[in-house]
Amino acid sequence: MYQYDTFDHALVRDRVSQFRGQVARRLAGELSEEEFRPLRLMNGLYLQLHAYMLRVAIPYGTLSATQMRRLAHIARRYDRGFGHFTTRQNIQYNWPKLEEVPDLLEDLAEVEMHAIQTSGNCIRNTTSDPFAGRAADEVEDARVWCEIIRQWSTLHPEFSFLPRKFKIAVSAAKVDRAAIRVHDIGLHLHRNDAGETGFQVMVGGGLGRTPMVGKTIREFLPAEHLLSYLEAILRVYNQEGRRDNKFKARIKILVHESSPEVIREKVEAEWQAIRDEAVDLPAEEVARIRAFFAAPDWPARPDAPAALAAARAKQPAFDRWVKANVAPHRTPGYAIVTVSLKPVGGPPGDATDAQMDAIADLSERYGFGEIRVTHEQNLVLPDVAQEDLHALWLALGEQGLATANVNLVSDIIACPGLDYCALANARSIPVAQDITRRFADDDRIGLIGELKIKISGCINACGHHHVGDIGILGVEKTGEEFYQITLGGRPDDKAAIGTITGRAFAYDEVVDAVERIVETYMALRADGEIFRDTLTRLGHDPFKEALYAAD
Amino acid sequence: MPLIKDGQVRQDQWRHLDDDEALPKDADAVTVSLARWERNETELHDWNGRLGLRLDSGQLAEQVGDTAQRFDLIMIAFPAFTDGRGFSTARLLRARYGFTGELRATGHVIRDQFFFLQRVGFDTIELADPAPAAQWAEAMTEVSVVYQPSNDRRVTIPRARWQTPAAAE
Repeated sequence: MYQYDTFDHALVRDRVSQFRGQVARRLAGELSEEEFRPLRLMNGLYLQLHAYMLRVAIPYGTLSATQMRRLAHIARRYDRGFGHFTTRQNIQYNWPKLEEVPDLLEDLAEVEMHAIQTSGNCIRNTTSDPFAGRAADEVEDARVWCEIIRQWSTLHPEFSFLPRKFKIAVSAAKVDRAAIRVHDIGLHLHRNDAGETGFQVMVGGGLGRTPMVGKTIREFLPAEHLLSYLEAILRVYNQEGRRDNKFKARIKILVHESSPEVIREKVEAEWQAIRDEAVDLPAEEVARIRAFFAAPDWPARPDAPAALAAARAKQPAFDRWVKANVAPHRTPGYAIVTVSLKPVGGPPGDATDAQMDAIADLSERYGFGEIRVTHEQNLVLPDVAQEDLHALWLALGEQGLATANVNLVSDIIACPGLDYCALANARSIPVAQDITRRFADDDRIGLIGELKIKISGCINACGHHHVGDIGILGVEKTGEEFYQITLGGRPDDKAAIGTITGRAFAYDEVVDAVERIVETYMALRADGEIFRDTLTRLGHDPFKEALYAAD
Repeated sequence: MPLIKDGQVRQDQWRHLDDDEALPKDADAVTVSLARWERNETELHDWNGRLGLRLDSGQLAEQVGDTAQRFDLIMIAFPAFTDGRGFSTARLLRARYGFTGELRATGHVIRDQFFFLQRVGFDTIELADPAPAAQWAEAMTEVSVVYQPSNDRRVTIPRARWQTPAAAE
């Protein structure tokens, strides 16, 4: 993992003192709420329905055990004993007191964390593959480049007042686990025919009210030129992105309205003008950062140990958990474990302080003290010896963290919705909770197989509903909550935006509607198909029929 | 309007001409809009005093180009502090088009942007209310290190790491 040096520490500490001053000016009445708003937003502090909400950055979703314990401490000391992991691989606290936020930030700074640029019209936390560095299908640990981007984008003098927020995601694997095609910039690190590493650069993806899949403007950018190329894109966007209408201000609209070809030409021209300037890092600095992400020295452990097979045979619940939550590791004898934060009836992505502490302990006992946050609002223990899986499962079970549903129907992404969010039109969390209760039977969800439900409480699409196999969007009609259902979205290397099935459903009809879709699929699927395959093969008609036949 | 320069409040010495206002006999420093400059008035080209250019936020550096070097002052307007185009305009006027005169931010900018404004090359800020000048000066001292190269030519963290390796321990 990356570790701060004196310079990184100085910047974060300076930022904490600066924000302490800004809060003091607000509390003393020197700043009105209106004047304070842009300042707090540059530091992740929102004013929500009931209270302030603070969003803490977890750069590219990687945490140490020490940092996770600090997040638990913050949940206890400044909040109501829990935190909410988000689709940006960050964590949100829903109940901090304004006057305590500077202390909270100081506690974070001690463990090399901050809330810089977790909101505002600036470059946000760069997200990445939660399996980075551990997956067999990658060319390099993508987090090297995420950290390079993190530093370059922090308090950027030119790009801190963009037309709108700006999100960058990086993946270095064949399978896209970071949804890079629905980001303002998606970067796919790969090798060319000559064996050199470089980025496929995609621009203009995004969700929100105008969902779009990113367009490739460069197939291969030599990796060492990343920052100058990003600077070129950001400069074109800062100058030409729309500022007349906040709903049309994202770069996707600029790309759409001027065409990907025009944007490519402008970016390339700008890049040619600056590519030899100082912004690209010297090779020794890239090497310094890369060294922090060197693979740990995994002690030899038996691959596919007999005890694991025996435990799976003996305990069906453990077997289900292994099937759903355990992924292959690049090193024989090890596994990547996803810890589901989607228990039946629980709010997706929430963890209590005790759970966070427990995960921190387990990451040290069964790994090297490293934890990842996924954009699907789960946690990952990236280095578990296969021999230890059973013991880990038992320990997770004691904390209510052994839910065996990763990628299954109850592994739902949901935004905070009307329970917390000032923008929401409808509740999201209770809908997710109700769906998990309906699909509480582990055998049943195992039979249903991979199926991703994503729920947003408004058109801003924080719950990624556009890219769910089943997407649910809360809307408001004459004071009532209604929910539109979309089908066929996906966020990965074959990214697609879902299409609306038809009329929206009332709050108490949604779970039945979802179940009708699932039952239709179960009745029609061919051998070995998952939901997405059946939908692709048969089209949407049978599902619409099942949803609306009674209309 | 009063200005902030080097943490001090200064009076504006420039006369800002409307597009149809004749060149004054009694001033030695005037600014004109880009539209007026582009009208190519002989009178303006023959003017012997100091000449300044006013840009609104949508008039980008490329529109001025190398002509920037003809001016002693360029003023960039911020209609709202959230309109960040002026940061790119300033960066490019200095780094690409060789402008070395005074760069001034006008309109709505806030104290907490001062650090960024100064980094991309602004020298002066026009302020409706000069009272909090000390606070503006303080804003420059709040952040001691920078990651990105910019027009202020501060040593960036990536460079500093390799110039003084001991400090990075």
